[in-house]
Amino acid sequence: MSATTPELRDTFQRLYRTMSLIRHFETAASRLLAAGELDGFLHLSIGQEAVAAGVCDVLDAGDYVTTTHRGHGHCIAKGASVERMLAELFARSTGYCGGRSGSMHVADPALGILGANAIVGACIPIALGGALAAQVLGERRVAVAFFGEGAVAEGVFHESLNIAALWHLPIVFVCENNGYAEMTPASKHLKSARVAEYANPHQVPAETVDGNDVLAVRAAAHRFVETARSGGGPALLECRTYRWHGHFEGDAQLYRGSEEVDQWRGRDPLQLLVQRIDDPELRTDLEDLNRRCDEEIVKATESARAQPAAEPVSLTSHVYRATPEAWR
Amino acid sequence: MTRRKYWQAINDALREELGRDERVVLFGEDIAEPGGPFGASNGLLAEFGPGRVRDTPISEAAITGMAVGSAMAGLRPIVEIMFFDFITLALDQLVNQAAKMSYMSMGHYSVPLTLRTLCGAHLGSGPQHSQNLESWVASVPGLKVVWGGTPADAKGLLKAAVRDPDPVVVIESAGLWSSRAEVPDDTEHVVPIGEASTRRVGTDVTLICWGSTVPRADRAAATLAEEGISVEVLDLRTLNPLDVRHILGSVTKTGRLVVVQDATGPCSVGTEVIRIAATHGFGSLRTAPQLVSPPFAPTPFPGRLARAYFPQNDDIVAAVRRAVAKENTVV
Repeated sequence: MSATTPELRDTFQRLYRTMSLIRHFETAASRLLAAGELDGFLHLSIGQEAVAAGVCDVLDAGDYVTTTHRGHGHCIAKGASVERMLAELFARSTGYCGGRSGSMHVADPALGILGANAIVGACIPIALGGALAAQVLGERRVAVAFFGEGAVAEGVFHESLNIAALWHLPIVFVCENNGYAEMTPASKHLKSARVAEYANPHQVPAETVDGNDVLAVRAAAHRFVETARSGGGPALLECRTYRWHGHFEGDAQLYRGSEEVDQWRGRDPLQLLVQRIDDPELRTDLEDLNRRCDEEIVKATESARAQPAAEPVSLTSHVYRATPEAWR
Repeated sequence: MTRRKYWQAINDALREELGRDERVVLFGEDIAEPGGPFGASNGLLAEFGPGRVRDTPISEAAITGMAVGSAMAGLRPIVEIMFFDFITLALDQLVNQAAKMSYMSMGHYSVPLTLRTLCGAHLGSGPQHSQNLESWVASVPGLKVVWGGTPADAKGLLKAAVRDPDPVVVIESAGLWSSRAEVPDDTEHVVPIGEASTRRVGTDVTLICWGSTVPRADRAAATLAEEGISVEVLDLRTLNPLDVRHILGSVTKTGRLVVVQDATGPCSVGTEVIRIAATHGFGSLRTAPQLVSPPFAPTPFPGRLARAYFPQNDDIVAAVRRAVAKENTVV
């Protein structure tokens, strides 16, 4: 494909940059954990970057997103600071959650991030609330809930689709179908392998796209988001993708073979985008972007590491917004 | 002052708060068109319209999650969970989400939602519609929990909850639903969260109650007054945070403590009150504190069994007599 217009060139560069930044962030996080520099659990989305990049590229700053335990990519794509995210992983007081909550809870009102979430499916009705607020307040905002196909077996998925359809809420349900609910293959946890079909009984329009093709994700997301924004109601976008790493870092991955992983590594979303470009100048631009993202993460890592640690004195701060008189 | 029934006072509070702040929305099962399963939201759909007053499907988890998300996005949602027992279906959103969002975001988000729920005890509706689960929610950091024992407090606490920036669980009593009492006419009648109320001043013994047990505590105190026992009746009103100063102030004065509750005893609000008295008020206790509570069993439906299950006037009176008689004894 030729990037014939400046606008298209910009889009390619933006999408590539976002995916590259996510890739470098998560690769760095993986190494830091392996080196013993980080505490806690880490769930990486390496291999799935096209979904976050493609969907968030069509969102406005004021649009809402919620995401999951595997949510670094969505937060970065929505504009989260990689330095504050890394500071959180390092348990530094300057992290998104003050260094107290870890990888799975990035939230930022300034960016419309209604929170990453460590409970499978819980992010879906929270996004529904964002959509409700937009509708009640007459704002042209759209809410996007990112979740994996594992969440499709949760009640709140179906409850939320039903309410969104009944109330015509401006929400797009984005399912990253990576084939595994934690360690259990989709064939063993979903009767239908095609998540889009679960939208049918709720009369929610749905589509399945190649989740490793960032342009396909972006195009479908654009249609659904603009429909929702103009009052056309909810939609479900299923993105077929794959995570290269285990469910969590340290997962022995006894449930899948290396051939399957290698096959999907051959469909790297970043490389797929590069391969579709026949303009050598743009390819060089993307190589530059990749190098700059690498540098940005190296710099952010050093900076985050140097921040002050979260201290025990912070244990009880921000439990409440308004502390009752009885506790003062 | 106007005499209002308990449910009418709740209806008044909802109407006033919907009228005061356009960000306030009300949703739940059967609350709009039917006016609430027991009338508490009667007339509000007509007055405030279908955008702000909405019937939902029977989806407790999703509607509570929707309350969390809409509160984070600028609304002041009031979500109704029809019976307290059904809160079990919404606990992820209440306990993992609403309660922790401020903490996890370092205060960048707050979740100003109000969750109203009806404790169905004394309706004769059996083991899954009658539970007193207040200790479940009162023990969660990040939640506030209130329970009015009178129409005026039910109204004032609900208004405080709607105005509070944190998630507040408002428990309402089916057993008090048609009780009638004076309610202030002032639309700014707001009962501060975290303040207990002294319903009757006394000198011999402190009797602590909340929610549905308030009228029974009042009656027991009146009975005991005829015997010459002076009972101070304290209605907690807020179950988290407990008004520790008020509790200790009264116990220090009387030296004796009786707690009456409709919840079962182990790991309950009552045992927490006794823990506070026994640790922070140890020196002032003259006798062993008494807890009057149902047997450790689910709630039966027939009236005869329910009366045997829930603390009655005689049970409370007997517990107070025990507390008074045990002066200077070691238990």
